Amino acid sequence: MKLTFTAFAAATLMATAPAMADLVVPNLSYRTGAYGANGTQYADGFNDYFTLLNERDGGIGGEKIKVPECETAYNTEKGVECYEATKDTGALVYNPLSTGITYQLIPKVAVDKKVLYTPGYGRTSAKNGKVFEWVFNAPANYWDGASVAIKYLLDQNGGDLNGKKIALVYHNSAYGKEPVRTLQDLAEKHGFTLSELPVDAPGQEQKSQWLQIRREQPDYVIMWGWGVMNQVAIQEAANIRFPMENFIGIWWSGSEVDVVPVGAKANGYKALTFHGVGQDYPVYDDLQEYVIEPGKASQGGEHVGSVLYSRGMYAALVISEAIRKAQEIAGVSAISPEQLREGFEQLDITPERLEELGLPDFGPEIKLSCDNHGGSGMARMQQWDAEGGKWSLISEFTEPDQEILAPLIAEDSDAYAKEAGITPRDC
Amino acid sequence: MLYREAGDFKTSYRADGQTFPIRLDRWAYYAAIAVAFLIVPFIINDYWASAVFVPFLIYAIAALGLNILTGYAGQVSLGTGGFMAVGAYAVYKLMTAFPEISIVIHILLAGGITAIVGMLFGLPSLRIKGFYLAVATLAAQFFLVWLFNKVPWFYNYSASGQINAPERTILGFAVSGPAASASTKYLVCLVFAFVLAWVARNLTRGTSGRKWMAIRDMDIAAEIIGVNPLAAKLSAFAVSSFFVGIAGALLFSVYLGAAEVGEAFGINKSFLVLFMIIIGGLGSIFGSFAGAAFMVLMPVLLKNLLVGGFGWPTDLAAHIELMIVGALIVFFLIAEPHGLARLWALTKEKLRLWPFPH
Amino acid sequence: MDQMIFAAEIFLNGLMTGVMYALVALGFVLIFKASGVFNYAQGVLALFAALTLVGIQQGQVPFAHMINAVFGTHVEHFGWTVPSVLAIILTGAVMVLLAFLIEKLVLQHLVGQAPIILFMATIGLAYFLEGLGDVMWGANIKNLDVGLPQGISESIEGVTANWFGYGFFIDRLDIWATVIAALLVAALVAFAQYTKQGRAMRAVADDHQAALSVGISLRFIWVMVWSIAGFVALVAGIMWGTKSGVQFSLSLIALKALPVLMLGGFTSIPGAIVGGLIIGVGEKLFEFFIGPMVGGATENWFAYVLALLFLVFRPQGLFGERIIERV
Repeated sequence: MKLTFTAFAAATLMATAPAMADLVVPNLSYRTGAYGANGTQYADGFNDYFTLLNERDGGIGGEKIKVPECETAYNTEKGVECYEATKDTGALVYNPLSTGITYQLIPKVAVDKKVLYTPGYGRTSAKNGKVFEWVFNAPANYWDGASVAIKYLLDQNGGDLNGKKIALVYHNSAYGKEPVRTLQDLAEKHGFTLSELPVDAPGQEQKSQWLQIRREQPDYVIMWGWGVMNQVAIQEAANIRFPMENFIGIWWSGSEVDVVPVGAKANGYKALTFHGVGQDYPVYDDLQEYVIEPGKASQGGEHVGSVLYSRGMYAALVISEAIRKAQEIAGVSAISPEQLREGFEQLDITPERLEELGLPDFGPEIKLSCDNHGGSGMARMQQWDAEGGKWSLISEFTEPDQEILAPLIAEDSDAYAKEAGITPRDC
Repeated sequence: MLYREAGDFKTSYRADGQTFPIRLDRWAYYAAIAVAFLIVPFIINDYWASAVFVPFLIYAIAALGLNILTGYAGQVSLGTGGFMAVGAYAVYKLMTAFPEISIVIHILLAGGITAIVGMLFGLPSLRIKGFYLAVATLAAQFFLVWLFNKVPWFYNYSASGQINAPERTILGFAVSGPAASASTKYLVCLVFAFVLAWVARNLTRGTSGRKWMAIRDMDIAAEIIGVNPLAAKLSAFAVSSFFVGIAGALLFSVYLGAAEVGEAFGINKSFLVLFMIIIGGLGSIFGSFAGAAFMVLMPVLLKNLLVGGFGWPTDLAAHIELMIVGALIVFFLIAEPHGLARLWALTKEKLRLWPFPH
Repeated sequence: MDQMIFAAEIFLNGLMTGVMYALVALGFVLIFKASGVFNYAQGVLALFAALTLVGIQQGQVPFAHMINAVFGTHVEHFGWTVPSVLAIILTGAVMVLLAFLIEKLVLQHLVGQAPIILFMATIGLAYFLEGLGDVMWGANIKNLDVGLPQGISESIEGVTANWFGYGFFIDRLDIWATVIAALLVAALVAFAQYTKQGRAMRAVADDHQAALSVGISLRFIWVMVWSIAGFVALVAGIMWGTKSGVQFSLSLIALKALPVLMLGGFTSIPGAIVGGLIIGVGEKLFEFFIGPMVGGATENWFAYVLALLFLVFRPQGLFGERIIERV
């Protein structure tokens, strides 16, 4: 029986191996499982932007882009399977939208020579291009986020957080633990007290954590959540009547799916973001004309314009700009992953360029280099308007506190280099 | 007609007690071993290794371990994920603390450490039985995962709590780390699986195996005929955890290369391995392999068929895949409640009589 | 002193959380008692019920995603909304139909098999229903609103603030859950004690063969029990769905019910309630007193360890039937 299975498997695999052609950008998405609701919107945005480029411009530099999708269900083992299944099809770059899968792929991409692009997630110290040659995490990473959030609070308090109490509610996993050390250092620097409240996945039951917040009455709550944890936290915050404007989520805790179920009480909740929101950008006219109306939108175009959709689109935009840059440098249109890596390292997305692309002021300026794979780390704050049912931007792009972050990144990337036996290259 | 015992004369007790009494079975077994060791390593590529063979072999080891505990000794356990985590974290600590020692020794030691932890959590089995024990082992599962997540010493104080397997070699070939080739990974797992299956087979048909089965069938009766339940149950927990620990160590170091305890060794893993042995067949070495093959291969196959073959959207395919796997489990249970191993045995039984079934 | 007041607040909240756990555990107990099946699918059943309820309420087209993928259409909604009460009744009907199908297609073929095999069958069922729920109603997070209030109960806060100088937090949803759970248990007990079917159900629970020999239809009882369990799952799904939205993670609440079952015994309805309360209070108090010392997030494992400790002294659970072993 096993033999027939194997033969059958072989047959199906042969049949499905895509032909080597075009520019291949696999989309390791997750539309099922505990985080499926979030992953779906991101994947749609990612797909649609490439569809737009194909339909409107005939691809990039005359090369069509192919975006084969592979379902990971946020599971590392399936993620590995997806990576292996797509890597020999000419794949250029991976964007798995999962911290776990990213950690898995970081050593692999260095050997297989593929680019790994993890905007706003993944391993923070991958910003150090000397150690992590193949990984890019521009425009911002978790530590940037933590720092920008504190900067925003400093701003609100006239530059002084002395004696304030800040609580961090976090997903008890690699992802949620990322900001802890940064926030501890920042607490020392600015004199606020930090209390840490881990929430075990999936995070449906958070009564203890929120009762504690109610007792201790911190001035601010910062959240690092994902999936169902977000909306339960916002619901519980509303239940204990915690002032929503003092509740700040990381960018992964700030999408429609997190606040809509809570209804009117979520009004005023704030979240970080590193890109614009809403459909008030010229690019949406093109999307409407070339993608949505002809019925080519990913999964029916249900989520167009949502926060996570915008983020997926933004990731696709950065990748496509890197491809363009790579084509420019290499002088060929069918680029290789090595050439794409060059493109990423010399990437320079200026505000003017964003305007040309139909997304004025959508993201921060991204200027990468051989040693800086993470950009400036700028992020801004958005706030939920429950009545209008939309997010609005309430602050300008802010730089994080590199004084705190740079040594942390150096320390963590050095530790990785030592562990993995990598000699940092010269830049 | 061809498949029969007739003419296969046994002249010693040894020959009579062998694992494959029928000549054709023996040949098939040798052929399978030869193919696995001599042919597959040369044709395997990264996809087949990472998506199918390596996970299959590792899960087969875990299933063997759980089958010893549940199938042979009758102690239902849902702590497999936690015990795999013990193996993974033990091998990680050993690999990083003593880089000059061979990884094979580390993996075996990781198995040993897991065995000790397993025995500790096996103690309640002396009082608690059946489903109650299954749920009690969940205490081990959740506690261990929490422990590895919480105590920074286990993950060498890394910022996010992820562990990464550094590169280690056997005889000059990289087996862990990104540079390891598909065939070395496969061969390492195959050797472990082969040796451990051999050990399991011989343990289960010897004194200890008989004691375990006596305990399984009725522990009070077993006690009356002189089986020490303490020794039998704890030894089952120890041996089982040893296997599971090795599977966890291989899963982390050879297969995944990086792991996060809650995600890689969560409760789902415990259930997955339990499904494997029930589908494969409780109390059967072959069943452990068959069950692991079913649970590893089926989703990959269906995914390739539905997404690649029919071009369905990936989420729809994933949902339908769940439905098909669920329906197949129910179907197999209705067709043959004792698992694939029994189905296989029945097929052989029929074959032996063919073409004259009466 | 403050510590004690806080502990009292946590105690009350623990009780309320315990009721929510007990609601899920109740479904397990019903099925286990009547058919000896450890129903792994109970959590998925709650998810499926909640999905169906929201789907019906909002007039979603079932299988819309699949229809669209196969035929290239764009159907999503029928364009009507159904009142909550009617939607709950319709969902109840769906759960009865599901119970009937489960009996017909699965259980009927597995009569007399070992418990582990029936357990395995429910695992297959769980897989199937998880996929089916998503294919039917889509995988996005859905907002479930049947008019249950949510948020702090101000009257309790005011009263306790007068008494202790610190207002207790009690969620109104939890109060409602407690009331509904109490009604549900009362109804179940009354059904089991005073109706013919209820007595038949208890007879089956006591002894299958004896029940068969006096002419009770096992099949009917099984369908009935699964329907009731489906209905309990619906109630649990409504409560948890109101709290956290209806999405995949809802099926994981089953994990919270397992220690409750261990503690209370698999066969006892009062056990499920008392077990739920003990677990709810125990894990919250432990997190409050010991949690900060060991880094928090202890609730997941503490429930199991607590149950384990109980079991060492009472291997059949708090209210379980005494295990008598004969050789």
